[in-house]
Amino acid sequence: MSHLLVLIPIALGLGALGLAAFFWSLRAGQYDDLEGASVRILDGESEETPS
Amino acid sequence: MSCCQTLQSTEPQDSGQQSTAQRLDEERVRAASRLVEGQLYQTDFTVPDMHCAACIGTIERGLNSMDQVVSVRANLTTRTVAVVWDAERGPGSAIINFLARLGFDANLQFLGENDSAATDDKGRLLLRSLAVAGFAAANIMLLSVSVWSGADLETAKLFHLISGLIAVPAVVYAGQPFFTSALKALSARRLNMDVPISLAVLLALAMSVFESFTNGAEAYFDAAVTLLFFLLIGRYLDHLMRQKARGAVDQLAQLTAKGGVCVDDPKSPTFVALEDISEGMRLRVHPGERLPVDGRIVQGQTDVDRSLVTGEAASVVCREGDLLEAGVLNQTGSIDIIATSDCRNSFLAEVTKMMDAAERGRGLYVGIADRMARLYAPAVHLLALATFIGWMIYSGGDWHSSIYTSIAVLIITCPCALGLAVPVVHVIGAHQLMRRGIMIRDGSAFERLAEVDHVVFDKTGTLTSGQPAVVQAPHLDMEAIGCVVALSNRSSHPAAKAIAQAFDGGEGATLCDIKEVPGMGIQAHSKVGMVRLGRPNWVAEIAGATPLSMDHSGVAFAQQDGALAFFELEDRLRPDAAGTIAALQQAGLKVEILSGDHAKTVAAVAGELGVASFRDRMTPADKIQYIEKQQSKGGRVLMVGDGINDAPALAAAHASMAPASASDVGRLASDIVFTRPHLKAVLIARELALRTGRHIRQNFALALLYNCLAIPLAVTGQITPLLAAIAMSTSSIVVIANSMRLNLYREPQFEQNAESVAGTAEDADAPDRHTKELEAAA
Repeated sequence: MSHLLVLIPIALGLGALGLAAFFWSLRAGQYDDLEGASVRILDGESEETPS
Repeated sequence: MSCCQTLQSTEPQDSGQQSTAQRLDEERVRAASRLVEGQLYQTDFTVPDMHCAACIGTIERGLNSMDQVVSVRANLTTRTVAVVWDAERGPGSAIINFLARLGFDANLQFLGENDSAATDDKGRLLLRSLAVAGFAAANIMLLSVSVWSGADLETAKLFHLISGLIAVPAVVYAGQPFFTSALKALSARRLNMDVPISLAVLLALAMSVFESFTNGAEAYFDAAVTLLFFLLIGRYLDHLMRQKARGAVDQLAQLTAKGGVCVDDPKSPTFVALEDISEGMRLRVHPGERLPVDGRIVQGQTDVDRSLVTGEAASVVCREGDLLEAGVLNQTGSIDIIATSDCRNSFLAEVTKMMDAAERGRGLYVGIADRMARLYAPAVHLLALATFIGWMIYSGGDWHSSIYTSIAVLIITCPCALGLAVPVVHVIGAHQLMRRGIMIRDGSAFERLAEVDHVVFDKTGTLTSGQPAVVQAPHLDMEAIGCVVALSNRSSHPAAKAIAQAFDGGEGATLCDIKEVPGMGIQAHSKVGMVRLGRPNWVAEIAGATPLSMDHSGVAFAQQDGALAFFELEDRLRPDAAGTIAALQQAGLKVEILSGDHAKTVAAVAGELGVASFRDRMTPADKIQYIEKQQSKGGRVLMVGDGINDAPALAAAHASMAPASASDVGRLASDIVFTRPHLKAVLIARELALRTGRHIRQNFALALLYNCLAIPLAVTGQITPLLAAIAMSTSSIVVIANSMRLNLYREPQFEQNAESVAGTAEDADAPDRHTKELEAAA
């Protein structure tokens, strides 16, 4: 039982972290251009990510 | 003016005029932009030719090197480039020119107050809901599994409490799309799929909360949240499909008149947005532009293309005093018009009004999912009620177990698989169509297209390619060919373009003083003297003694005192038009042609294609009337057309298709736009529509089968949260797997298809027989 009190918050915390990361990536526009992202990796010269 | 300099009568000729033209371009760009702050503007350009990493790199690096550009972001999915630029440091119109120099044609995308092509707010909201539901579903499932595998009561209670804490906010947030849609349907006194979904989710949640605070034996938190998660996947897929189709159609939007150049004060022309044009304004229309409003020509002479308005392909010469409709394409000469209407009562606006009226009928169409819901929702709600009453009698008034069982019935019958059954099939179908260059606007178009029993084609631009092509060229020597190539390359007249294409790759001769004479043709000086390409009468003036007995309709070419040479031009049928129509007739559809053109031309085309029934000289109102008459008799009409004159008919028809070359209005009015030159698209779209219909019905059958197995368990009170979870996931997986089979669709090999349908090999070319069969059948 005492293990659960530690493990469940950890599990939920990690899940929430993932959710927060997803929200951040959505806000940063990473889901706006799914096709573009897959080809941009081939373009070695663009070093920055314009906002 | 020095010899051999490119000179078109329409191009700006000195620096003063050039700056005027630049200023006008600039105003046009600003009209399409959104003010970010101060002098910072955001402008979105559609760049249809952007395909790969190299394109993105070239565009972004290229534009970043411009002084005025603050930031650039290319979006490959929507094929747009969003540019933020500083108007203090340079003109925005230079961006288009720069893109053109990089080799990309860019069009302005007209932005509203807040929207931008790059962001998609509804999609983001759905994705956020999906993420929340996914997070909640995963964690609650984790806790549920341990409860199912035999945790003691204390632990189970604790886990239910934690599950409840996650589930309640998650359902409130992620369930919004369903709740709002269900409320909307209920307030309109209708039932849709979202009503039983919302009811099941909310009741499951409420009961589980109650349970976990009382005895805590069983809770359905996982069912409620997993349900939302699955359904949101369906919603998001559906949204992606519409988004993609819309983007593809938007790309086709040309730089049409979103305004005009006002020359009330001839010294300072200004760009006026379409809404601000008023009656009596003097507007200048350059070659290649469309008239923004109706108007009377007050200066200049030109050839105009009225095909989108009247359906007639041949261009017409217009001079001072002639009245032209909005949407007419000016081809050769610059003209000044006095506006005889503003944008609210122009010809175009009249057509749009007719279209809106016609579209209302289509808006009443009820999709198959909602038709199912009308039967399904009352059935399950009655079943739950019956269960409740039955248990009250059976258990002698035990409220708790009666309510508990009837809610379990609602949960187990919740149309989770039904919610996925339709969108997944539609998305896969739309993907298959898009791979073949066919864009479908929404899912219900599949259903409507599958019901069609009557196909109506427009002629010009639909059955024909809409562009004249040279069908007979004269024999010319090398020098003459050089002159023809050089001359025809200079003009934007469709006849000249067709001739240029016929001599594609030919070496152009060096000419000077090239001049386009609106309504006549194009002339220049070569080494031997004057050369002309254009209307036969006009060309004959410089030719040697060539008496012109009859008025020839083709295009003539002559060198000074040389012989007249004629080019025969014709608006040719699309290459597979005959085969497509034969195949459609074989499939038992009634095929007809409605055209605004003369009887003679329409009859010739109908004869060639084997279409027995055709109507000529149809106005937009005639077409819409005809289609409404057919539909009131119970027919389901598919309209295939492209022009402004077809737009109301496209909107009125049960389903409609337009080629990508169609007018903006025509494209907007149709459900499906095909981008490749083949008419076969009609056949493919119909076949896929029939297939998607079949898969959807299979999916419904599979989902109902699961329900039939689970309902007896639920009614007798045997269902547990574990069983509910298993039943729900397996039925969803089976439905998705069945939908995936649509990916196996193979395009019919065209000739084979026509033959195999016809039964015998020679039938593909025997349209007469088909029509006779059709008549016999009718």
